Amino acid sequence: MCSKNHGEMCNLAELTPDSLKNTIVHKEKLSPVLTLFEIRAPLIANSAKAGQFVIVWTGEHGERLPLTVSDWDAANGTITLIFQEVGRGTIELGRFEVGDEIPSLAGPLGQPTEIKDFGTAVAIGGGVGTAIARPVAKALKDAGNELITIVGAREKSLIILEDELRSFSDELIVTTDDGSYGRKGLVTEPLKELLDSRKIDFVVAIGPLPMMRAVADTTKPYGVKTIVSLDAIMIDGTGMCGGCRVTVGGKTKFTCVDGPDFDAHEVDWNELRARKAFYFEEESKDRQATLAGGDE
Amino acid sequence: MARGGPRNKMPQQDAAKRVKNFDEVALGYTEEQAIDEAERCLNCKHKPCVAGCPVNIDIPAFIELIKSNDFTGAAAEIKKTNSLPAICGRVCPQEEQCEKLCILAKKGESVGIGRLERFAADYEAAHSTAEAAVEPENPGLGQYNVAVVGCGPAGLTVAGDLAKKGYSVTIFEALHKTGGVLRYGIPEFRLPRNILDREVKYVESLGVKIITDIIVGRTFRVEDLLRNGFEAVFVGSGAGAPKLMGIEGENLSGIYSGNEWLTRINLMRAHREEYATPIKIPQKACVIGAGNTAMDCARTAMRIGSKEVTIVYRRSRSEMPARAEEIENAEEEGVKLMLLTNPKRFIGDEKGAVKAIECLRMELGEPDDSGRRRPVAVKDSEFIIQADTVIVALGQNPNPLIRSTTEGLETQSWGGIIINEETGMTSIAGVFAGGDAVTGEATVISAMGAGKIAAEGIDQYIREKHDITTE
Repeated sequence: MCSKNHGEMCNLAELTPDSLKNTIVHKEKLSPVLTLFEIRAPLIANSAKAGQFVIVWTGEHGERLPLTVSDWDAANGTITLIFQEVGRGTIELGRFEVGDEIPSLAGPLGQPTEIKDFGTAVAIGGGVGTAIARPVAKALKDAGNELITIVGAREKSLIILEDELRSFSDELIVTTDDGSYGRKGLVTEPLKELLDSRKIDFVVAIGPLPMMRAVADTTKPYGVKTIVSLDAIMIDGTGMCGGCRVTVGGKTKFTCVDGPDFDAHEVDWNELRARKAFYFEEESKDRQATLAGGDE
Repeated sequence: MARGGPRNKMPQQDAAKRVKNFDEVALGYTEEQAIDEAERCLNCKHKPCVAGCPVNIDIPAFIELIKSNDFTGAAAEIKKTNSLPAICGRVCPQEEQCEKLCILAKKGESVGIGRLERFAADYEAAHSTAEAAVEPENPGLGQYNVAVVGCGPAGLTVAGDLAKKGYSVTIFEALHKTGGVLRYGIPEFRLPRNILDREVKYVESLGVKIITDIIVGRTFRVEDLLRNGFEAVFVGSGAGAPKLMGIEGENLSGIYSGNEWLTRINLMRAHREEYATPIKIPQKACVIGAGNTAMDCARTAMRIGSKEVTIVYRRSRSEMPARAEEIENAEEEGVKLMLLTNPKRFIGDEKGAVKAIECLRMELGEPDDSGRRRPVAVKDSEFIIQADTVIVALGQNPNPLIRSTTEGLETQSWGGIIINEETGMTSIAGVFAGGDAVTGEATVISAMGAGKIAAEGIDQYIREKHDITTE
């Protein structure tokens, strides 16, 4: 296949569906519910940037799942996805094994995260959001920022990528809700201490909605620019359906094409929470059936 | 001699039955009905109907073949200029095109041209054992590659026409399935999926390569295509950006764009238990708008089991943009019309889901730019209607993905790509465009017509570029 180096492409007229099979080359269970796939996807690996996502479709009965790209390797032509098996779609995806082909993988989608030298930047990853925060944090470091990374999760087994994040962060803080690892408490506690003790120029938070909202509330009084990566419900991911719309600064935006990154202080969190929860009953039922019924 | 008299009615599934299934509503002519209908054609020498066909089908010629019992021949005649006859026979607004210009329409009912086109295409599909291989006109052109962005009606037409000429064509489709709006937009009770699949297969049988899951503008850009193997690019990315009302409460949950509603059901099959994509069955659904998409949304809502479905439209019945036939079908299926009514705001419950719409009564004033009388709100006429599902089907703008990632591509202020009408070429040499990406939301057949023009334009461009003179 083509695209050995970033910016260089093969003859695109020679592409065929067969040459673009999204084969899983590596699978790793990071925790009982967190799975990592390294997938052959040379075209996406060649154009992906920090903050962008892909849409995964697991087959005829599947849904289109937006998953943010955790890593990519243009030279090898692979991308890495890390996902939490929370609903029917992600549980079914977790059943794919090395050598299997993902029926559909499209991207990269969305606007890349704005990366520049802000000065001192804090990158916060909550749970599986850490997988998405990783490339953003790395890019912030590479752009010259002093980088403080905060990783939070419910408990120890859900803390991921710690060693890697430590390797390029100037400082790494780990928190768990239950105190089973690192500091006991929420990510907002060390964040507040940082804001009180030194000049912070930029904060990016990626994780569950309540965590991102709490970060927004924490930084707002300090007037520090804060970006969040939203995971609204999506279908096509290309701006066609508008299912992912969110109100930001009083205006309707589509998460898939205008985001997924938005100014945390401008997001209408109540509306986003309501829209995300709309199919809760249907999703719970589907999840139970998926767990009980194997592949069906 | 033409036999005169009224046209043959299209046999239909009974309304009470069809509202419970997604099977096709119109059942198609029998051979006898088709021959009888064909015999109504006067075979006019000057063929007024052809001028109304965006893809220039020799209509009297194929009707003559039906008259003489050569149904396969009729299909072949249509396919000379139209690669997707079974689709056009179903979804073209013939009453606005070929049939409008039929001599018989002046005094009574036109020949059922669309119905005959559909009959010929379906007959051929049912009776031909294998698709007769179509030899490219000029195999030497196979060394030239053309990329087509979008696998909808415009893209399929460009691809089919260029493949017939001998070019090597690759279609890049953003979704995981082929067909574009023909699959995610048009419901299967108007266009059964096996027919769409068959037409796509036909285009593939001409040698066209279709690659799904490629989002041009993101996976790679238009300029990458021109730099890496392709002589020309056709952009047929459609009108994939829904228009919203911009009123209070529009982002409450339970409020869908027409696109989202139809995509969930048509593409993702959310209404079926075994499919993962969720949907809630409405108690009371309101569809805002009265175009063909609005009718599709309403009729789809009926079929998935909604208790009540109402079309809310700000003008009166005679201004409804949908085809008369679709409005009639919707009403037969139990869809209600609430006319001269316009939403003012959406009202949510404690969970942030829509529960009602505050509406205004409207009256018609002076004609506006579209020639239709402008709806004007009646003062203090606010009233509330209950709705747990709202589908906003007000049309679409062109998808911004290509224009925002293609440097030098000139567009209208509202986003439509600007082209040379004669050739389909955009402001970038070698980049062509057509269909809804150029016009904003229009019809399948106008997209196909634009595709035909662009195919000629691309042929001419490549020939000139490489100094090719062979026919």
